Amino acid sequence: MTMAETYQTPDGRTIGGQVMEMKNITLRFGGVKAITDISFDIREGEIRAIIGPNGAGKSSMLNVMNGFYHPQEGEVWFHGKKRGPMKPHQIAKQGIARTFQNIALFSGMSTLDNIMTGRLTHMKTGILKQAMWWGPAEKEETENREVVEKVIDFLEIQSIRKTPVGRLPYGLQKRVELGRALAAEPKLLLLDEPMAGMNVEEKEDMSRFILDVNDEFGTTIALIEHDMGVVMDIADRVVVMDYGKKIGDGSPDEVRNNQDVIDAYLGVAHD
Amino acid sequence: MSAGFYYGTEVFLNGLMTGVLYSLVALGFVLIFKSSGIFNYAQGVMALFAALTLVGLQDGQVPFAHLINSIFGTQVHHFGWHLPALLAILLTAGVMVILAIVVERYILRHLVNQPDIILFMATIGLAYFMEGFGDLMWGSEIKKLDVGIPQGGNLWIEENTAFLGGDDFYGFYLDSLDIVAAVFAGLLVLSLVLFSQYTKTGRALRAVADDHQAALSVGISLRFIWVVVWSIAGFIALVAGIMWGSKSGVQFSLSLIALKALPVLMLGGFTSIPGAIVGGLIIGVGEKMFEFLIGAPFLGGATENWFAYMLALVFLVFRPQGLFGDKIIERV
Repeated sequence: MTMAETYQTPDGRTIGGQVMEMKNITLRFGGVKAITDISFDIREGEIRAIIGPNGAGKSSMLNVMNGFYHPQEGEVWFHGKKRGPMKPHQIAKQGIARTFQNIALFSGMSTLDNIMTGRLTHMKTGILKQAMWWGPAEKEETENREVVEKVIDFLEIQSIRKTPVGRLPYGLQKRVELGRALAAEPKLLLLDEPMAGMNVEEKEDMSRFILDVNDEFGTTIALIEHDMGVVMDIADRVVVMDYGKKIGDGSPDEVRNNQDVIDAYLGVAHD
Repeated sequence: MSAGFYYGTEVFLNGLMTGVLYSLVALGFVLIFKSSGIFNYAQGVMALFAALTLVGLQDGQVPFAHLINSIFGTQVHHFGWHLPALLAILLTAGVMVILAIVVERYILRHLVNQPDIILFMATIGLAYFMEGFGDLMWGSEIKKLDVGIPQGGNLWIEENTAFLGGDDFYGFYLDSLDIVAAVFAGLLVLSLVLFSQYTKTGRALRAVADDHQAALSVGISLRFIWVVVWSIAGFIALVAGIMWGSKSGVQFSLSLIALKALPVLMLGGFTSIPGAIVGGLIIGVGEKMFEFLIGAPFLGGATENWFAYMLALVFLVFRPQGLFGDKIIERV
């Protein structure tokens, strides 16, 4: 597929042009190659999954995308521009939000405050005005609070608004973390194993939220997941990684029938 | 009521006032420790440096006068002006911000992800550097600091409490300076709490204290937050420097108040702002009352020097995380 091309999903959504493109990414830690020469793209409005067995390099890939890691080789293109060396917080300002595999919330802060931090990239008043709680600072605080309340309604977590997140059960913490990322109104949302460690019911809830986010806000989503069943249900296109290499890329059906993918997941007999 | 009771109450009140000053120093430590995990040994020297700079600016001292004179053979000492106290304080606050930027740029930035002990060592280095630098810049003689805070016994309190006792009781003696210090410390703490609870930078500050990586992912610049935190710690050092400096003159032993903050932190917990305040008050009152009730009558006095450390030690045995500190839970 080329840059401008669009495609239709089976459920009738139109997927637009490229939001992000990874070109020949190679990432090494000392002598260990975590990612070897991987290329793929993410398109406007789609749900793109990255799957693979443990240690395949999925999380490393996500860390490259949001700037925690800098690949030794290859290029990251975002909205048609090549990305130079940037700090993670600058990348967040460009509109890339993420969640973490092992929840990274601000555990001492309330649900509301946690989600408010997601708005930081949208708040501009200077520190002096804030310190004096001057007009613009107050107005800005109120406006952003409204967005946050919408996110809270959307995720159905009104009842825990004031609870310190450290006290919440795991499933809810995951939801708050999603809320913090959503509050940023990101152009690209990265989810690192959003359903890891959840029970069936929680997984269903989370799948529904991911689909709703994509549907209602048109947010482009890239997610890593272990659970094949879930991925095949919600993703539009899937990248499969194994030992740091890309072994498959395409629609869930294409990937499911790819012999390399089947071998990687089920093992292959050596005879 | 016996005279001893009134005297004891007065000792108690004076202990509270001293405690406020301890709290103030401890607060600077807690702020930096919470947000960056660094135990800032230089906090005491920052108070000294702030006080030196304030006096220097106020009296129009030429910075590095000694150095300039010995290199160029000149005889400059004073610009010949006297700045109003408020202006000098504002300028000094500016200097503290510059200091924060310099510390971030030349120390913290290079030590990201280093073990805590390395950062601790760096702050020890910073402490001695600043002590020497302060000496070079402003000279080492003891200076008088006067920003117009009233000193001496507060008559109003004496007159209005005199009725409590009998004929031989003339009211409680409280130093006005201590009262002003307590009020300012209270305001400082209140504004800090409001700032951290209700502004976006405050929220970012708490976020960084909680989780660096998550903070980065929502677009918080760690460098900026560090500058903010060190600036605030600088302001606190300035307030502490003004109060201690007005009390006992600006001298290099001022940096030793940092050592008094240690037992306060052990008592209150390294990560708790309320802990720093309550800890400071307990130590302040504790050492004065101990001296009054046990030290002076039975131990020959001078217990104030070691009581705080003793208390902290006993406390550590029973509650190592302090009164309000985060409980240390290690996952096995």
